[in-house]
Amino acid sequence: MAQVWSNPDFQFVFWALVKILVILHAMLGVVSYVIYAERKIAGHMQARMGPNRVGPAGLLQPVADVLKLFFKEEFVPEGANKVIFHIAPMLAVIPALVTFAVVPFGPTDAFVVTDINVGLLLFLALSSLGVYSITLGGWSSNNKYALLGGLRSSAQMISYELAMGLSTIGVLLLSGSLSLVDIVKAQEHMWFVAFQPVAFGIFMITALAETNRAPFDLPEAEAELVAGFHTEYSSMKFGLFFLGEFANVLSICSIATTLFLGGWNGPWLPDSLKFLWFFAKLSALVFFFIWVRWTYPRLRYDQLMNLGWKVLLPLSLANILVTAVVLYWRHNG
Amino acid sequence: MIPILFVAFALIVVGCALMVILHRNPVTSALFLVLSFCGLAGLYVLLQAEFLAMVQVIVYAGAIMVLFLFVIMYLNLKRDREDGMPFVLRRGVGWAVGLVLLAEGALLMARRWAPGPIDLSLPPAIGNTAAIGQTLYSRYLFPFEVTSILLLVAMVGAVLIGRGRTQPPPGGTAR
Repeated sequence: MAQVWSNPDFQFVFWALVKILVILHAMLGVVSYVIYAERKIAGHMQARMGPNRVGPAGLLQPVADVLKLFFKEEFVPEGANKVIFHIAPMLAVIPALVTFAVVPFGPTDAFVVTDINVGLLLFLALSSLGVYSITLGGWSSNNKYALLGGLRSSAQMISYELAMGLSTIGVLLLSGSLSLVDIVKAQEHMWFVAFQPVAFGIFMITALAETNRAPFDLPEAEAELVAGFHTEYSSMKFGLFFLGEFANVLSICSIATTLFLGGWNGPWLPDSLKFLWFFAKLSALVFFFIWVRWTYPRLRYDQLMNLGWKVLLPLSLANILVTAVVLYWRHNG
Repeated sequence: MIPILFVAFALIVVGCALMVILHRNPVTSALFLVLSFCGLAGLYVLLQAEFLAMVQVIVYAGAIMVLFLFVIMYLNLKRDREDGMPFVLRRGVGWAVGLVLLAEGALLMARRWAPGPIDLSLPPAIGNTAAIGQTLYSRYLFPFEVTSILLLVAMVGAVLIGRGRTQPPPGGTAR
């Protein structure tokens, strides 16, 4: 036993599993309370109370919601592709949660599951896989509204992924690394948002589109598509789509915090508590997401495509060009 | 540890590739292809080509296959047979081409024209991405730029086809 324990491979796997378990459960807990926060903030923005019956100030509402979802009848429509219909909701949650494997929550090794030297690319890869859940969910339901929602979302996510990937290149040029740990360390003195305000703006807009949040929630436009891709989903399968959306919001906000807002960097706190800075910035960004949702109306489809291809994409390319020229000039001028 | 992972990923790649051609539902086939690409990315990681692995997932699994799926869903293929060449003939051609390829491979191995990689040692683990960037933008700069121009030409062609026949120009006749 002692021999197994002293094996470095075993130790690595063991600690990775411990960290994965902690982060997984912490994030699932946080996600359910982000949903509570969304309902509460929405309530206050519309001059009402929001959920306030279950527990003190409605704090047990998420628990009640999940219990309710579990006990709802599960319905599989006739003519649905059964296997894909079951897989789609899982695909909504898994990529969003895997992203947290590379996010540095704090300065020491204990706060990051694994520091790989292509961390940012892993995030982009996972977010590009996120399209599948919605597309497949919409297609396998054998429902035309769901299919339309799914197709819309694929078009939207592919369009905005480009601008999102390009907007991160400015940060890469500044930090010279794809590892998220190194990117945070490079922001010790100044957050990258100070040098890359345009990229930050583009990233946040594309983040809203990637997570299908208002004003980019066309895939689930309830006025025209019933409920979009999850029209036919009920019970906890619908719950998983819901969970996936908010887990995506959290993971994309974590990446935004890491790339542009200095990650865990902040004054006063000792190293072991620096993760509080991370969560403070993360909460601010999540609040921003909710705020936007309850403020702006939905875009029209052609407006959405025009914004993505004719405004955000050229803007992000120009941003890369300017950043590269300035960096070159500073190094060689 | 590495051999076990290699076998696992290799099984995923080969098994899914087989399912792509054996499964009757085109959407399921496309999904198995995605899984096969992900397994391939795993193999790249084992070779310490992590940049290649991630790009494999982003470009092939994340972008190209989504477009593929898009097209398949639009076509809404209900039947798995199409018009055109008779089925028997098509199967015969498939076998013939496959056998030629197999013979070609066997010949190459037998005549030792494909000795495999000369240097079996793995590249250094750190800085793989940087190394790719360095070689791509110095030694292989010309092929790299030529490829980008090729892609641009293809893109312009796609836009032209996608726009379809436009209105005839004023004063001219419709082509």
